[in-house]
Amino acid sequence: MTTLAQAQDTTTGIPSAKLGMWLFLASEVMFFTGLIGAYIVLRAGMSSWPHLGEELSIPAAAINTFLLLTSSMTMAMGVAAVHRADVKKLRLFLALTILLGSAFLGVKGWEYSVKFAHGHFPGTAIFWDCYFMLTGFHGLHVLGGVIANLWILRLTLGQDFSERRGHLVEISGLYWHFVDLVWIFLFPLLYLI
Amino acid sequence: MSRNKIFSTDHKTIGIQFLVSSLIFMGLGGLLAMLMRWQLGWPGSALPWMERMAPQGMPGGIMLPEYYNMLFTMHGSIMIFFGVIPLLVGAFGNYLIPLKIGAPDMAFPRLNMLSFWLLPVSAATVLTGFLAEGGAAAAGWTAYPPLSGTQATMGAGQTFWAAGVIVLGFSSILGAINYIATIVNHRAPGMTFHRMPISIWALFTTAILTLLATPVLAAAMILLLLDRAVGTSFFLPAGMIVDGSALAHAGGQPLLWQHLFWFYSHPAVYIMILPAMGFVSDILPTFARKPLFGYKAIAYAAVAIGAVGFLVWAHHMFQSGMNPALGTSFMIATMVVAVPTGVKVFSWLGTLWRGDIRLATPMLHALGFISMFVIGGLTGIFLGSTPVNMYLHDTYFVVGHLHYVLFGGSLFGAFAGITFWYPKMFGRQMNDRLGRIHFWLTFVFFNSVMFPMFALGMSGMPRRIYDYTQYPALAHLTDINRLMSIAAFCLAASQILFAFNFLWSLAKGKPAGQNPWQATTLEWTTSSPPPHGNFAQTPVVHRGPYEYSVPGAARDWTPQTEEPPRGQG
Ligand code: HEM
Ligand SMILES: [Cu+2]
Repeated sequence: MTTLAQAQDTTTGIPSAKLGMWLFLASEVMFFTGLIGAYIVLRAGMSSWPHLGEELSIPAAAINTFLLLTSSMTMAMGVAAVHRADVKKLRLFLALTILLGSAFLGVKGWEYSVKFAHGHFPGTAIFWDCYFMLTGFHGLHVLGGVIANLWILRLTLGQDFSERRGHLVEISGLYWHFVDLVWIFLFPLLYLI
Repeated sequence: MSRNKIFSTDHKTIGIQFLVSSLIFMGLGGLLAMLMRWQLGWPGSALPWMERMAPQGMPGGIMLPEYYNMLFTMHGSIMIFFGVIPLLVGAFGNYLIPLKIGAPDMAFPRLNMLSFWLLPVSAATVLTGFLAEGGAAAAGWTAYPPLSGTQATMGAGQTFWAAGVIVLGFSSILGAINYIATIVNHRAPGMTFHRMPISIWALFTTAILTLLATPVLAAAMILLLLDRAVGTSFFLPAGMIVDGSALAHAGGQPLLWQHLFWFYSHPAVYIMILPAMGFVSDILPTFARKPLFGYKAIAYAAVAIGAVGFLVWAHHMFQSGMNPALGTSFMIATMVVAVPTGVKVFSWLGTLWRGDIRLATPMLHALGFISMFVIGGLTGIFLGSTPVNMYLHDTYFVVGHLHYVLFGGSLFGAFAGITFWYPKMFGRQMNDRLGRIHFWLTFVFFNSVMFPMFALGMSGMPRRIYDYTQYPALAHLTDINRLMSIAAFCLAASQILFAFNFLWSLAKGKPAGQNPWQATTLEWTTSSPPPHGNFAQTPVVHRGPYEYSVPGAARDWTPQTEEPPRGQG
């Protein structure tokens, strides 16, 4: 942390922006708790529910899990790079993270298009309502993370990035790991159990 | 310049913007209540001039049942979402937090500005419903599906309502992040947690509740919107028939909505009361010239109320058909909340005990708060016990209870806060004589409107009822309802005094000086109103917030910034 020159005078010594991101993530946890809780309750209320892999493609989701986990790793390497003030490596890892995130969205989009082609939409059955709702909100969060990283990638072109804006990478990283974590819950809950 | 005044990032300006807008919304919500009281006092009588305002809802000036439903829905929603919450949390949270902890501003001033500007956007969205086909939302402020969940049962106004509440949720969450980050990270040197005024403890707890509960409401609202707009069935069961035609929905659960909604809305009732408790805890010592009794007990009671407040939500659902065993556990948790609440009430009384009491306007409102809140809280205990609830649920007893906490509690607390901090905000004193008259009128008329509600509820009058005279068993309640309506009109008229005093004192009030109440906390050590950046120098805190009448001190108040005398720790 000491290499990041944004050591404001705060009571606790934790930068406020980072604290703010942690607080935001706490609210995000509650948001997904609400959605996932609703899914569990609705599913428990149904006498039948599609079986393992019957309606959804487990291979596609497994690939996506792999993509997102890898992207968490590249994001972490990006954070390590900014600590070393290595902007070149940072750019590389940010770009990789963006790429992997976009690939995730691509696979998800392909899955959606297959479902649509079979006539499965939100509103066709409670199973599809839940599936599109959960993956949709997660997808939007992935998209948000990709956009944030793109924005940071653009900022790295500026002067003295590591000193002036380096903390942004760390904050965006926190968010990205969270988005990854949500998927780690969604994958088994939707596809495997 | 003028642009900077309007789109300001200064927490004081934003606080005052929240204050003024929430007072205006409360006025609007109050007017809707007057229309309801008209219908309840004189069921079915014409108000000819209302025909022009609402030709569809009140043809010939006679109110239709649908219009009545819309009135109580919009009254409740406006009062809670655009009145009490922005007033207690938005206005006072913004204004007081940096000043009371010795910070120059909030941790995230621009986020703060955004949090304010989402309020008018949200209100405009909800109020657009009035222009929609079929009028504004009418499913109650609780918006229970299936009624609220389909286009067939509730028109576009309900969609605007849900969308607007989501926007307001964003505003609340941004505000909460800001409050917590500021209190954790931007306290002046020496301002430890145990030296913070109770109002800051209360706002801190409130912010945590907001941060963790609001996202769940947002999730519920989004699912409701999807049900309405996309045709999903999250809250809609199979077999619904509306106007003789079957709906295609299946698989959803109306009870799920109630759980999600109350998971937010019970904590929200603490969001609406804890800050008021905090203001009162600041005001009582100042006007009793005594230290607050049980400082730590009150501080931790606020935290305890917040924590237990997350475990009681289903006491709103005792009669919903949920598992009775669940009801019992929620009943016990509900009773537990009364313990920290009682700790607070007794500590306030202990503060008053043998104090040198000065009955200025803020103190009157603070005493009004305590007495009214006790009635509200005790009736809550009645409602919280499952057997009694079976009898009283969905009757006017509930309406009485919630008005004793929300008006008697939150609003008297807000009046106490406004009259107490007005001199700091605007540099001038409000007129105390007018203020005291306003207090007494409000106090008397408030009780005359609300107290009979307990009796009505016990006589079996249901809440949310358009014309009780249709039921022979209730027809004899007209006289008392009529009296209540007259008191309600007087209550509303009394608020004109407050509005007048507020505006008149801006120009003509006595200049306040830095510390008109001879109070001890940090906001009183800077000028009124404080400059941009709040303090000429960062204050250094040496003592707790309530050092009144310290033996041996020169004055009967010792500011938090005063250094201890030499030779003592
Ligand atoms: C000792 C504290 C409290 C207890 C034990 C309590 C208990 C209850 C119970 C059991 C109900 C449900 C009644 C029913 O529908 O059958 C209720 C309703 C309500 N309470 Fe409280 N309450 C307390 C404090 C508060 C506070 C502080 C507020 C607001 C500032 C509040 C606002 C409300 C509201 C708005 C309702 C009506 C909800 C609706 O529309 O159904 N309560 N309370
Ligand atoms: Cu409750």
